[in-house]
Amino acid sequence: MNKYTISGSPHVHSTENTRKIMYRVLLALLPALLVAIYYFGWYALRLTLVTVATCMLTEWLIQKFLIKGPLTINDGSAALTGVLLAFNVPANLPIWMAIVGSVVAIGIGKMAFGGLGKNPFNPALVGRVFMLVSFPTAMTTWPKAAPIFEAGFFTDAVTGPTPLGILKESGRQTLEQVGDMQFLDMVLGNRGGAFGEVCAIALILGAIYLIARKVIDIATPLSILLTVFVFTGICYLIDPTQYIAPWYHLVYGGLILGAFFMATDMVTSPMTTKGKILFGVGIGIITVVIRLWGAYPEGVSFAILIMNAFTPLINKAFKPQVFGVVKPSKK
Amino acid sequence: MSNILLISLLVLGILGAVLAVILYIVAQKFKVEENPLIDEAEACLPGANCGGCGFAGCRALAEACVKQTAEKGNIDGLACPGTDMGKVAAVLGLTAAAFEPKIAVVRCNGSCQNSPAKVHYEGADICAFANTLYAGEGGCSKGCLGLGDCVKKCNFNALHIDKETGLPVVDPDKCVGCGVCARTCPRGIIEIRPRGKKDRRVYVCCSNTDKGALVVKNCSVGCIGCQKCLKECPFEAIEMKGNLAYIDPAKCKACGKCVEVCPRGSIHAVNFPPKKPKVETPATEAPEAPKVELEKTVTA
Amino acid sequence: MNPIKTFHKGGVHPEENKFSADQPIKDFPMPKQIIVPLGQCLGAPAECIVNKGDRVLTGQLIGTAKGFVSANVHSPTTGTVAKVDVVMDHTGYYKPAVFIDREDNDEWAEGILVTDELLTDIKLDSKAIIDKVKECGIVGMGGATFPTHVKLMVPEGKKAEYIIINAAECEPYLTCDYRLLLEKTQEFLIGVKILMKAVNTDKGIIGIECNKMPAIELLDKTIKERPELYAGIQVQPLKTKYPQGGEKQIIKAITGREVPSGKLPIETGCVVVNVASTYAVYEAVQKNKPLIERIVTVTGKSVKNPSNFRVRFGTPADLLIEAAGGLPEGITDVINGGPMMGKSVSVTNFPCIKGTSGILLMTIKEAQDRRQTNCIRCGRCAGACPMGLQPFLLHKLAKQNNFDETEKNHIMDCIECGSCEFTCPANIPLLDYIRYGKAKTGAIIKARNQK
Repeated sequence: MNKYTISGSPHVHSTENTRKIMYRVLLALLPALLVAIYYFGWYALRLTLVTVATCMLTEWLIQKFLIKGPLTINDGSAALTGVLLAFNVPANLPIWMAIVGSVVAIGIGKMAFGGLGKNPFNPALVGRVFMLVSFPTAMTTWPKAAPIFEAGFFTDAVTGPTPLGILKESGRQTLEQVGDMQFLDMVLGNRGGAFGEVCAIALILGAIYLIARKVIDIATPLSILLTVFVFTGICYLIDPTQYIAPWYHLVYGGLILGAFFMATDMVTSPMTTKGKILFGVGIGIITVVIRLWGAYPEGVSFAILIMNAFTPLINKAFKPQVFGVVKPSKK
Repeated sequence: MSNILLISLLVLGILGAVLAVILYIVAQKFKVEENPLIDEAEACLPGANCGGCGFAGCRALAEACVKQTAEKGNIDGLACPGTDMGKVAAVLGLTAAAFEPKIAVVRCNGSCQNSPAKVHYEGADICAFANTLYAGEGGCSKGCLGLGDCVKKCNFNALHIDKETGLPVVDPDKCVGCGVCARTCPRGIIEIRPRGKKDRRVYVCCSNTDKGALVVKNCSVGCIGCQKCLKECPFEAIEMKGNLAYIDPAKCKACGKCVEVCPRGSIHAVNFPPKKPKVETPATEAPEAPKVELEKTVTA
Repeated sequence: MNPIKTFHKGGVHPEENKFSADQPIKDFPMPKQIIVPLGQCLGAPAECIVNKGDRVLTGQLIGTAKGFVSANVHSPTTGTVAKVDVVMDHTGYYKPAVFIDREDNDEWAEGILVTDELLTDIKLDSKAIIDKVKECGIVGMGGATFPTHVKLMVPEGKKAEYIIINAAECEPYLTCDYRLLLEKTQEFLIGVKILMKAVNTDKGIIGIECNKMPAIELLDKTIKERPELYAGIQVQPLKTKYPQGGEKQIIKAITGREVPSGKLPIETGCVVVNVASTYAVYEAVQKNKPLIERIVTVTGKSVKNPSNFRVRFGTPADLLIEAAGGLPEGITDVINGGPMMGKSVSVTNFPCIKGTSGILLMTIKEAQDRRQTNCIRCGRCAGACPMGLQPFLLHKLAKQNNFDETEKNHIMDCIECGSCEFTCPANIPLLDYIRYGKAKTGAIIKARNQK
């Protein structure tokens, strides 16, 4: 006789699970990866493979030997961290730096807090920011996009500044001179930058899939993009000679990648829609402030990390309205 | 220059004096009259404020001791893991009789072997919740659910779930008899009993008050309420609670006669010299088996 | 047809799996011995008033209600009381029950009208109706088994504006209410009229999920045929969404009113009654027939013939399973009720009672993988909660035994619908912890109120 299971209701569950969510995000990042390979060749692929492998290995080692808990290496979250980390660095970054960054991302960014779901900060960004402050030169030496059919698959990339870098260093006139204000090129990804962030089209394609599959909520990315657009738009209206048009801000740097794939990380972002909007507005404002007046040319990573820190507070402040309660008790 | 020095000295000095006066007035105004016994009792405690007793700190425990002494005349259930509570009892003017060392006793032996699982539980590891769902994997509605609510609540780390039997085991060295586990257990299986002389105690290792037939169905060592022990006991220490024999620790002299007559091996005697079981006739050997097992686990 | 309405906060949509929807109700033959549990409703079990050896008639009172929230129990058959003993019932515990050795033919107790004729005249007045409902032991037959007469007794100072008939049947798999609506349409509608009379209102609304279109159409047609007889009754289609049939959700969907936190539905002027209970009210008031049978859906993906049976209480469930094609291979979950709110049982031979809306057999595959992983704070549980709670938070607080905070976070408002756990991608048994926290918090509140 087989034993019956006694469990509390409900007895049916949705077919959703953490693994599926992670793999869907990975799938959504695939177009961007393909575009990156197209523009940066072997370097992009190599770097992604290295970070993914290192992240997964680090997680496995820590779970196996330090925590001695269950192994969740195939849930896809470590792989996702690896991909996002790779997407955020220059394609020609030395391999050992990428390995160090991955170990930090998983080891300190995630496992130190207890593993998946317990980390307050986005692990990939922790790794990225760690590398940015540790290896500033390597991390800001951006290869220029060079389609593999013209430049070859294994060719060393020519390095050059990113549009935001030019803007920060030399101002808007230079940017126009180098021709980095061709909007179409920017959207297609034919520019310098971290290899995952360059092609807005591919990223948005993935994001649409995620939104359709209800993996991510549109609230966060939309509020980020709107805030950046409005904020930079105001600056542009005030002084069009100094500031660039807001639509360039949307496609420059890692804003699209950050807004759709990093800020929407479930673990480190607020739960309610109102909270998500506040979170997004915060990221937008901080990003623009750093871009326009900060020391770094790009501020998405910092903005997301800063707002990650506020997530618990936002969650506390914006609770869903309880059914049948007229005035939600503020606590 | 000296002016500045003077002024700052003056300002800070006056500020200090004013604040001191305010502090004094406030302290006087809000002074709470407290029983001096609390201070004395607190002095007996380690003062580490570890919270191991289940109270906010040593003073809270001392207060609770004084309060309970006034109300009930004992300090049962209050214990500090690092101190001999006898000292506190002495300070509070309690005699040794009022402070009797106690220990938690798990009154269920429905292990995976004695009460084999008929169903399989999946869900939150909370006895109190599982209790609302079903009788238990073995089918006994008064038996241990084995999910360890008692273990989680124990402040002294004195309980653990034995992986073999699926039952909680009390570590006699660590248990202080505070009774948190007994209050936590949703089925009231754990009882706080006096440790007994030489740590020897006899108790019925079953909590099922159901009819015998029902008990037999689900468990091989449950009390069926046959009352043999009741008739055997020379001290009238055994009474029936429903269909369950209960040994009153106040009357029990730990003679062990009931252990021998129990046809189900439900009565456990702990810390007796191991000679005893060997003397017994082969007829009662089988039910003795679990008893020996338990002795080992407890004395080990 | 009225425009489709729904509640808006939260909710999920599990696979409907209504396999037995087209199976007409079959009378289930009674076995030699039937076992009638005395505790068949929420609240106190009934007190047994028969002894071993007594001969009982069909419909005769065998257990009287004890306390305010309790319901009478009647003999579902004619026979001799073999014993009054305990039986393992759907709760997983041994509970007192009356064992009756059955005679071959039903001999109905005095005063019960045995006829299939439709009786449209409502002779009793409001108070008499409620008394009759109480006498006949009618309870909420959706599964919660709350005594119906308690619901109908509108407290002083309150006015019942609507009788809402909960025909949503939002639980997947179950079809017992749907079949009853199709096969006993007129009796059911008279039942609604009786309930309207009981609480003195002229508005009766039947809320049905739109996955039961034939029932909606049939009800509409029947009402149109005799508008004078069924005046005031409306059929309200509802969106197919779980938990549409939750008492608070159906009120919100139909009237737009929210039951205030911690209050009863009557605050909004609504009394919600289940379909099967409404039919039972018809039988009780018009024919003086006590509640001794109900429709039970026996279903499951691997069940050979998912069926709807008319079952007398006390019939062991394993016989029903046998009649539906036998116990399929690999069944791990046997559930009394639906998959979302039903209760898993320890044995298959538990007796059917007033709350047994279905017997659901599931394999481990159907029930889905239940391996737990870490919470990834996705917030889906909060999004799915129809009560606007934060299940992840309540889970955490209950785990920490922090019952002050659980209370502040409205744990007592949880309706235990299971939407949170259903939707959780980490398979955390959220509802288990919330139920535990709710029980503990409730006990604390009760103790505080008594002081």
